[in-house]
Amino acid sequence: MRHVLSAVVQNQPGVLAQISGMLASRGFNIDSLAVGATEVPEMARMTFVVRGDDSELEQVRKQLGKVVTVVRVMDISSEDFVERDLMLIKVKSSAQQRVEISLMVEMFRARVVDITHDTLVIEVSGTEGKIEAFIELMRPYGIIELSRTGRIALVRGSLTEGPKA
Amino acid sequence: MADSPKPALPKTPMSGADILVQCLINEGVDTMFAYPGGASMPLHQSLTKVGDKLRTILPRHEQGGGFMAHGYTRTTGKVSLCMATSGPGATNFVTILADAKMDSIPIIAITGQVGTKVIGTDAFQETPIVEVCRPVTKHHYLIHRTEDITRVVKEAFFLAVTGRPGPIIIDIPKDVQLREVIPDWDPPMNLPGYVAHREGTTDEYQRIIDEIRRAKKPLIYGGGGIIASDASAAIKEFAEKTGIPVALTVHGLGGFPNDHYLCLQMLGMHGTVYSNLAINDADLVLAFGVRFDDRVTGKLDEFIKHGRIVHIDIDPSELNKNKHAHVAVNSDLRLALEGVNKLLNDEKNADLVGGGRYTEWMRQIDEWRETEPLRYQDRDDAILPQYAIQRMAQILKKRNQIDDTIITTGVGQHQMWSAQYFPFTKPRTWITSGGLGTMGFGLPSAIGAKVAHPDKIVIDIDGDGSFLMNIQELACAHVEKVPVKILLLNNQHLGMVVQWEDRFHGSNRGHTYLGQGMDLDAYPDFGTIAKGFGVQSKTIINKEDFDAAINEMLDSKGPFLLNVMVPHQEHVLPMIPSGRTVKDIIKEPMTVPAAAK
Repeated sequence: MRHVLSAVVQNQPGVLAQISGMLASRGFNIDSLAVGATEVPEMARMTFVVRGDDSELEQVRKQLGKVVTVVRVMDISSEDFVERDLMLIKVKSSAQQRVEISLMVEMFRARVVDITHDTLVIEVSGTEGKIEAFIELMRPYGIIELSRTGRIALVRGSLTEGPKA
Repeated sequence: MADSPKPALPKTPMSGADILVQCLINEGVDTMFAYPGGASMPLHQSLTKVGDKLRTILPRHEQGGGFMAHGYTRTTGKVSLCMATSGPGATNFVTILADAKMDSIPIIAITGQVGTKVIGTDAFQETPIVEVCRPVTKHHYLIHRTEDITRVVKEAFFLAVTGRPGPIIIDIPKDVQLREVIPDWDPPMNLPGYVAHREGTTDEYQRIIDEIRRAKKPLIYGGGGIIASDASAAIKEFAEKTGIPVALTVHGLGGFPNDHYLCLQMLGMHGTVYSNLAINDADLVLAFGVRFDDRVTGKLDEFIKHGRIVHIDIDPSELNKNKHAHVAVNSDLRLALEGVNKLLNDEKNADLVGGGRYTEWMRQIDEWRETEPLRYQDRDDAILPQYAIQRMAQILKKRNQIDDTIITTGVGQHQMWSAQYFPFTKPRTWITSGGLGTMGFGLPSAIGAKVAHPDKIVIDIDGDGSFLMNIQELACAHVEKVPVKILLLNNQHLGMVVQWEDRFHGSNRGHTYLGQGMDLDAYPDFGTIAKGFGVQSKTIINKEDFDAAINEMLDSKGPFLLNVMVPHQEHVLPMIPSGRTVKDIIKEPMTVPAAAK
């Protein structure tokens, strides 16, 4: 089972190292981990995609909750939530292919952010499925390199926080 | 903890080192165990100014100092401190912090660090100790600004003792110690996510009552949480009210009186046969302040296979971690038991109190107790280690001193025999490295305990392997005049490993012999070592000398080493082999072939 956990943590040096170290030493399977600033400068948000059964997820939540600098942890996959990945992908593109690719970029509501005679850099954001689909579409043209963020997510509506684990 | 701040604290610029030391005094610290070095010198200079309020004890190794803090804290429940310099001084704290994390001991370690300007440049004696210690501490600080010292110390003391207790490390660079600022003595803490207080609800307590009402064969499985939450009175009241018997983990010993009718002694790998049979047969296990450690459970799937489980623990992550609990209550144990006891006073629960509910169950337990007592085959031609411990306890009883005795141990066979054969009736009188199992724990922790309890008798029951690991602290005992006693059960082997070799590896010795050769004298010559340290000692090998030697040790004024030569063929029994069940329990001694050396 795949869960998206969102943790608000104190924005201090070493918090990421501690949390990734704890997850590794306890053998939890993390698919992705994204960290970034929040609306409050002293706080950062970490979003985890965790694979495991309910008891494993419960342990991850509780172990995260025990870290002193973690302010709260929420399993947002049990809520109505929005999740996004961001990807930058550089593909080979001849002048003839450019139009064709641009069409797909439009259909995916992606954007071309860099262009040369024989390459394009495209920015795509969306759910994991959408990103994966776009990668598959680009494969025949030749993917030079790509870079993806981890998952970020927020609960829809006015709900902002869950109980501290 | 002490309410800070005390009146009339200086409002003039002070060095970071002076501020830190003043903070410790404000928190009520009266002793610290500190080994100096380049990066902690300013702190030591500050300590020299407050010697009348804060005693600094100089260990002979940082690990020794750390375990002294363990001894102090484990016997008092009060936070105590150890301090070391940067680099190697700090890394010598890794083991004592890991030990404190495993056993939930609230100590604070302070380490000097190289100056902030050179951090990260591989400076002399630089180690990123906070990075190293993150997973083995409850929390950690690297102080970058002198202004933060008062807040960090306040938070550290708060974090150490609240919730599930645990160790804190504070790393403080030398320039931060030297810089002068006007301190804010009562800064706000910045712990927005930390939950200090955990208490169950009446509804949860009612569910426990409901479970008890359904049970015919209930058993309490009590652990270190009894000691940490000061719940021994509450658990005694609960057990006596309901008539439910109590089995204890190694850290639960002393939390419930060992001579009580309801006490089934220790359970687990080297627990009594009857406590293990009881937990296997129970239809309700009340797991109070325990973490279902593998040394207790053996094979997890088979442990409490049929019984229902009520689990109370202050750490939510322990609930349902190893074993699913039918009723899981996240609470300080004492508060929860007081809540349950209150419900038991209610008239509608009168059926649960007053006894008579578990006649059949207790009859069964008594039968097990009768047929499977703790036992060993005594010998007249040697001093058996079990005998030494049991006999010393009898002598202490005869001298009317047993209630004022604190026991510490190293790790291994002697530790388990001490747990089995020394009668612990009160909390905080049994001090041992249970979770991490650190050899060398016994002597320094005894010194720390004795410093905290000058009026009590503190005896380190040790093995020759463990004792040698921190033997340098004899110097500390001598110079600081800390009269600890050491009952050294010297079998010239790493006995516990030897036992496993005997049982599982055909007695093939894999570097477990510590002597210099079977035809030569026992090694090392502990008497001469003790003499070199200025510590009185006696070596005995004959059983008839034992009583007099113990009395001589107990009558001596200073530290005393009683080196007792014991055979190495004894096994700690009973024994449930690792990962097995009570059905596989080993009760009988085995004869080791003489050739197997």
